[in-house]
This record gives sequence, structure tokens and C-alpha cells, in this order.
Amino acid sequence: MYPSDLKYHKEHEWVRVEGDVAVIGISHFAQDQLGEVVYVDLPSEGDEVTADETFGEIESVKSVSELYSPVTGEIVEVNSALDDAPETVNEDPYGEGWMIKVKMADSSEIDVLLSAEDYEAFIEDEA
Amino acid sequence: MGARIVPFAGYEMPLEYAGILGEHGAVRSSAGVFDVSHMAQFRAFGFGAFEFLQGVLTNDLSVIARVGEAQYTLLCDEDGGIIDDLIVYHSGDLEYMIVANAANRVVDWEWLVSHCPGDLELVHETVRTGDVSECTVEFVDESDRTAMIALQGPRALDVLGELTPDGYVPPVRFELGEAFLGGVPALVSRTGYTGEDGVEILTHVSRASAIWRMLLSFPEVTPCGLGARDTLRLEMGYPLHGADMDRGVDPVSARLDWAVSKSKGGFVGRDAIERVRAEGPARVLSGIVVDEGIPRPGFPILRGGNEVGKVASGTFSPTLGRGIATAYLPTQLAEEGARLEVSIRKKTVSATVAKPPFVRETSLSARQA
Repeated sequence: MYPSDLKYHKEHEWVRVEGDVAVIGISHFAQDQLGEVVYVDLPSEGDEVTADETFGEIESVKSVSELYSPVTGEIVEVNSALDDAPETVNEDPYGEGWMIKVKMADSSEIDVLLSAEDYEAFIEDEA
Repeated sequence: MGARIVPFAGYEMPLEYAGILGEHGAVRSSAGVFDVSHMAQFRAFGFGAFEFLQGVLTNDLSVIARVGEAQYTLLCDEDGGIIDDLIVYHSGDLEYMIVANAANRVVDWEWLVSHCPGDLELVHETVRTGDVSECTVEFVDESDRTAMIALQGPRALDVLGELTPDGYVPPVRFELGEAFLGGVPALVSRTGYTGEDGVEILTHVSRASAIWRMLLSFPEVTPCGLGARDTLRLEMGYPLHGADMDRGVDPVSARLDWAVSKSKGGFVGRDAIERVRAEGPARVLSGIVVDEGIPRPGFPILRGGNEVGKVASGTFSPTLGRGIATAYLPTQLAEEGARLEVSIRKKTVSATVAKPPFVRETSLSARQA
């Protein structure tokens, strides 16, 4: 449910570090809470994102949630496949359901994120 | 059954079981069942029943002259404001049954009781006493004892056929009849709120779970919640009282003038509605399809940067795969194909005025073609 090679943000996003690029998506817990995802509103390539600030929105039929960036930097790639297949976020949240790739301005921001173990404990407290 | 439950009009209601999209799809392609027991039911009986209702409901009750026939109608105040939308059934000789919105049960009841014409005597006693010279109408709120299950979808009538005795003939559209479902007595109405063919089944609350279980024993039947009920009805442009209309709007502006009789005699709200009809409504309820995003109730609708209305009902249409909405727009802007914008939080997206239904091909439209 919570791959140990990822880092997690308390707003339920995950990060996979690939060199100086952070791949970002939402956790299994988040997609499960949302229910069926029908729309993902993502920024564009070249846009700047800031750690702990919103970068987009995700919607189910009945609800809307904001997406928070775990890191600061410039967006180098956006998963445009989610435009036509937003349900991928439910089906494969850590794989094909990724959302943005960010060229990190400060890779030390990764250090304050939660490990899989800590994140799991965190959501148990929240539930 | 693992449903997500939400409070609605004082009831605990299932929002969804396995998921809104799957439930929605099941109703469009096979069959779904909805527990709509929260709906209110009133029954009026007696020689005075017809006059009682004809004087308060907007549609012409004499059109459903035959027992079993049903009609969509409105309850309006003196200013033409829509108190509720109802289905009225000619449920028996000298008898009419009203199905009303749960949230309006008390308001409707009090309005109806207080607008009984002066020359009719409203009675509740079982044994008729008092002045025998009064023409009476017995008026009963049966909501608490009446359960209602909607069975909707292209396979709905097949399922109903399986549960009823050989030779059973289901009622035609907008008619009601008695039926025995697996031996359980019920009323079956060929109506619904999904745009698909199907029925609404009324029975005593103590018999409802037996019917619910019988229906769910069919693999082609999916249990559905309020979430799918809302996406299905909005795809058809069916209005929801409280979202698409309320006492602040008249039937002409709500595009429900077809449910207001032009020929019958006086009824509450007639003069006000006729005034709007003559002058033309300033704003009309219109359909909107957005290019991206999901319009939610209350989002501003813009034209050249100026706000011209707000979203009344708005959701994601599972069939179309895009956002759809209704809104009151200035009449001159409510032209099919007109381009507008919807303000979706921080974004402004383009949108087009559309004439509902948003989804045109259903088992009901196929049957009616």
C-alpha cells in the first residue's frame, strides 16, 4: 500500500526522487478517500511549485481536493494521460497515476517528508 | 452493504455503494435499484378529493381521469413560487396519491391542509361524524408507513417480469398498478428519475426489505445511492427542488410551464404565473456544458467577464465524461449554443448553453421514439 522507496507529505502526496527530479502523485489512502477520480487539474510544464502549497486539484463526482507540492521547483513534465484517464489515479496511484515531475530547487526538502512507516502511522492517527 | 452514508432530509441515506460511476453505468446499461423511501406520500380520498387537489395543484387533474393514471404537477404559492414538484396518481376511485420530496413533506402538508377550499370539509376520522351536509375529503400522510424502491434501467422490466406472476402486464409510462412481487403486495408505477425505462415500487415498510433482497438477487441489478441518482437525473435535465427551483422562482422561469394548466379554472398561483407567461420570464433555467472541469452549485457564470448567473445544479456527467450544469440565465443569453464562461475556483473555463437532456439516447427515449 505504501512503497518504502517513496517519501510522503502530510497532505497525502508521495515523492519518488530520481536524481534532482521529484516525481509526485497521491497516496493509496488519498485515492481511496476520494473515491473514483473523474477530473485532475494540473499545472503546465515550466510552472513553478512551492513546497506545502497547492499545485492543482483532484475531483471525484461528489468532492474536490487540493493537491499540495511536497517540494519547490520547476515542473519539467506533466502526466497529460490523466486528462483522458483520470481513473488511473485510483488504479495505479504510484505508477501510471503520477501527476507531475519537478526539478527540485532544494533537495533538502525531501528530508522533512515522512517515511512509508511514519506516513502509515500518521494516517492511522487521522482515521 | 458497505455504503457511504450521508444525512439527507432527516434520513440516513446511502450516497454510494460500490461507486457512483459503476452505479450510474449499471442503470444506463442494465438495471439499478434505489431506496427512495424518504419520499413523502399523501393520500386524499372522498367525493371532495378531486376539487381539493384541483384547486391547489398547477396541472389539470381532470386529464388523469382514469384510475391508474399519473401526472407531474407543481404546488405553487400565490406569487407563483414553486413550493414543491410532485407526482399525483389517480390511485383509486375518488382517490389520489401524491408523491412529494422528503425535504418538503411538512411544508407541503401544511400548505395543502390550509388551502382546502372553504366549501370542503377536511376530515381525519375513520368514522364519519359531524355535519353530514359537508362534502368531505380525507387526507392522510402515509409517508412513514410507505417504502419506495426505484428499479431503473433497460433491464428493469425484465426483472419485474421475473418477479411477477405469468401474464402480468406492467403499467404503461406514467401509470400505476397493483402487483405481487414474489407474492408481496405492492404498487408499481412506471415512473423514475433516471431517464431510463423502469418502475418505482411502493409497499409497506415491513415488506420493503423482502422486495429489496428479491431485486438484488438478480445479477443484472446493482444497488445505487443518492450520488448516482443525482448524476442520472441531471444528465436528463430533470429538475431537483431546492437546487433548480424553489419558492423564489415561478414555473415559467423554471421551464416547467408544461406542468401548469392553461385551461382549467382557478388554482393557487394562476394569476401570477399568467403574468410571467404574458411578459416573458427575465431569466430561465438553462443547461450548460463546460469545456473542462466540474461546475459545482454556486459557481459564478460569466459573459464577457460579467457575472450573469450562478450554477444551480452541477456535476460530472459519467456518460459524457464532462461537467454539466443548470443555471438561471438572462433569457437573451439562454440560446442553445451560446458561449459563456464558468468561474471554477481560480480558473475561468469556457462553456456552452445546451438544451437538456444532456444525454439523449436512453432506454426510455428508445421506447418513446
